[in-house]
Amino acid sequence: MADPALMDALRAGAGGSADADVGPRPSDLTVRLGRAGDLPAVAAVLIGPYSMALATVVATDETATPDGDLKVRYVFEPTAPGAPDRFVTLLISVDAAHPEVPSLTTAVPAANWHEREMQDLFGIVSVGHPDPRPLVVHDGWPQGVFPLRKAFDGSQRVPVEPADEFPHLVAEGEGVFEIPVGPIHAGIIEPGHFRFTSVGETVLNLDARLFYTHRGLEKRMEGLSPLDAFYVAERICGVCSVAHGLGYCEALEQIADVTAPPRARLIRSIALELERLYNHVGDVGNVCAGASFHYGTAAGMRLKERLQQMNERLAGNRFLRGLVVPGGVRLDLSDDLLGVLAVTLQDTLAGLDSLMERIEANPSVVDRLDDTGILQHQAALDLAVAGVAARASGVDRDARRDHPHGAFAGPEPLDLHVVIASEGDAMARVTVRALEARESIRLVGELVRRLEPGPLQVALVEPLPGGRIGISAIESARGEAVHWLRTDAAGRVERYHLRSPSYHNWPAVVLAAETAIVPDFPLVNKSFELCYSCTDR
Amino acid sequence: MLRILVNALRTGVVTTRYPAEPSVPPDRFRGAPVLRPGSALPPPAVCPAGALSEHLDAGRRHVVLDLARCVFCGRCAEDPWVDAVTMGRDFELAARCRDDLRIEVVADDPTVPAAGPAPDPDAEAARASSEIHRVLGRSLHLRHLDAGSCNACDWELAALLNPVYDVRRLGIDFVASPRHADGVVVTGSVTRNLETAVRRTFDAIPDPRVVIAVGACAASGGIVGKGYASAGGVDRVLPVDVYIPGCPPRPEAIIFGILVAVGRLSARRLAREG
Ligand code: SF4
Repeated sequence: MADPALMDALRAGAGGSADADVGPRPSDLTVRLGRAGDLPAVAAVLIGPYSMALATVVATDETATPDGDLKVRYVFEPTAPGAPDRFVTLLISVDAAHPEVPSLTTAVPAANWHEREMQDLFGIVSVGHPDPRPLVVHDGWPQGVFPLRKAFDGSQRVPVEPADEFPHLVAEGEGVFEIPVGPIHAGIIEPGHFRFTSVGETVLNLDARLFYTHRGLEKRMEGLSPLDAFYVAERICGVCSVAHGLGYCEALEQIADVTAPPRARLIRSIALELERLYNHVGDVGNVCAGASFHYGTAAGMRLKERLQQMNERLAGNRFLRGLVVPGGVRLDLSDDLLGVLAVTLQDTLAGLDSLMERIEANPSVVDRLDDTGILQHQAALDLAVAGVAARASGVDRDARRDHPHGAFAGPEPLDLHVVIASEGDAMARVTVRALEARESIRLVGELVRRLEPGPLQVALVEPLPGGRIGISAIESARGEAVHWLRTDAAGRVERYHLRSPSYHNWPAVVLAAETAIVPDFPLVNKSFELCYSCTDR
Repeated sequence: MLRILVNALRTGVVTTRYPAEPSVPPDRFRGAPVLRPGSALPPPAVCPAGALSEHLDAGRRHVVLDLARCVFCGRCAEDPWVDAVTMGRDFELAARCRDDLRIEVVADDPTVPAAGPAPDPDAEAARASSEIHRVLGRSLHLRHLDAGSCNACDWELAALLNPVYDVRRLGIDFVASPRHADGVVVTGSVTRNLETAVRRTFDAIPDPRVVIAVGACAASGGIVGKGYASAGGVDRVLPVDVYIPGCPPRPEAIIFGILVAVGRLSARRLAREG
């Protein structure tokens, strides 16, 4: 329920010109600011005395509605462990003819990319932004074309004009040189461009240019039936298929006012833990590749492969696609499959323990990982970093506990051991990951024990209720992902926005890499192990 | 060090023998949907990927399944179409021609057989590729090109190098530079932001070269389709030699497609079997 002291503090911050309402969920609060100019002061109240963090920023084009404006919602969430599951939305109306809002980035560094993205896709300018370069659109994108405005026809191709250079910070001096890397990399990985400015091996500055895999998926989903759009959401990112599919479903189920049945919620959480497990196990192996420990790489790949083969037995797909659907799950877990699951997890646990022993007993690997790529605790907080990267820098955050979903939202409490380390280096991230994988194995055992016979789905009837908002936060293998969905008057998707954990974590990789030497970048990068595709969408 | 050796020996050989021996996917695996001629086939709107279409021919309803677009979600085989469509277990779906991936079925008359494809669309392509087979058939070095995928296809390509699939045993390897490559495996629908990099990478590969489109997005645009940020498939930008359906294709399906590309296996005639 809304907290009267918080509402008073926010009203005071806005000089009285703020209206507060409950929503989108009953535990949430939406504050409409009468004047956009009050945004920094009100945000400061949330960030400061209420120690909240920026969860996501969602712009919408409502020029065709009676409001006739653009809107921006800055969504905040509490960061104190044990704080209630709540989102506080600061809502401002933006004049489409003069789309300007005050920038929060200097005070709230996590707002940086959100504001640049809003400028590219909606033409909303955050005045005072310290680095207003384009973020999402590259190569000769035409001036004044904003693809997420409703008037823009999303099926229209925008021609490419190859550009050889992009604007970035240039350093000059004796021995200073630039190393361009990507977007096409040497290995089988996703595309991104990294521009190192260095002196010898020392990194002076790193500029990461991403959004190469920007496919326009949010636009693609607009106007679809929310039940069809689910299949797009499930395919935003391969290794987050369960997490993003589930986040979309939970937002949609809020809109439809239904709850998935208990058995479905348990199976959803099992799937989420299995997704975390194959990722974490594979990622421990991949870090070994960055440290040239090939036995570890092969062992990690083999363990991951075994888990993905099990995924295919459980869900018919090695990335667990086709298991979670709106309203519940579409496949059950038979006793046979549960038997396979139990054996596979037991073997995985033994394999992972042995792999970690080999890593820890190998001084040449430990030496590479220790003190490498440090992310300071305060930087992790300022950038609202999520997941393993945050927890390895001492941030006690996990959406399974902080925004309960799946079986965690059930009536019976489910214990979760949130693994924290304080060092913030590559070793800490590897160790946290391995311990979390063990915790996932324990959790799956607990979830399976709780399975009772029962229905797998509730029906979602079309058309879905119009003009409603759903918001959800899911702890994916990479960290907390925030989903925001709204239906139009006809119950179709009006706007969907995903803030993936990697979206907040990429700037942290850059900071951590600047504490390392150039040859350690692959190691630092792999120790964060972020997705490009769910950042870029 | 000794412990590592002991562990390695104890693990033994984990490598599959595919394609020398067939790979049997698990029961729940969703391969190519099988449309039963003469049944009440689902309307195109059922498919979230736009893989189903229909038209009238001589008064009869024809339904066409485009495997290049299919994301194998299983929705068309759910209630109330369980009698009309089943999810098959076939995963060796790679084809040289986009048209070979279109399966046409007559919906309302069981006596009319499934329409076959054009006489032999494969022959021309096969002839063209004999040079590729001669030069690259035994040893193929590929460059991976992510043209805007969701990373699932990329991870499956990476899995080809794991100890289970180990494609180096088949003379296939992945290389870092396009200048060392005999071809590209492309994932993703070709985003606007990658189009320049895709063209330049391809241009850097010496002739003869193969282009293999891996997964629904690369083969057809998939669920991403065509839009302001997506070209809608690799063949809108590069000449594609082989299309590998799947979302993502399982590793064996990719191995099958790569071997088809260099003429070591022949693509099966899916449409005719329809
Ligand atoms: S299985 Fe393929 S054809 Fe059937 S609905 Fe899904 S994407 Fe469409």
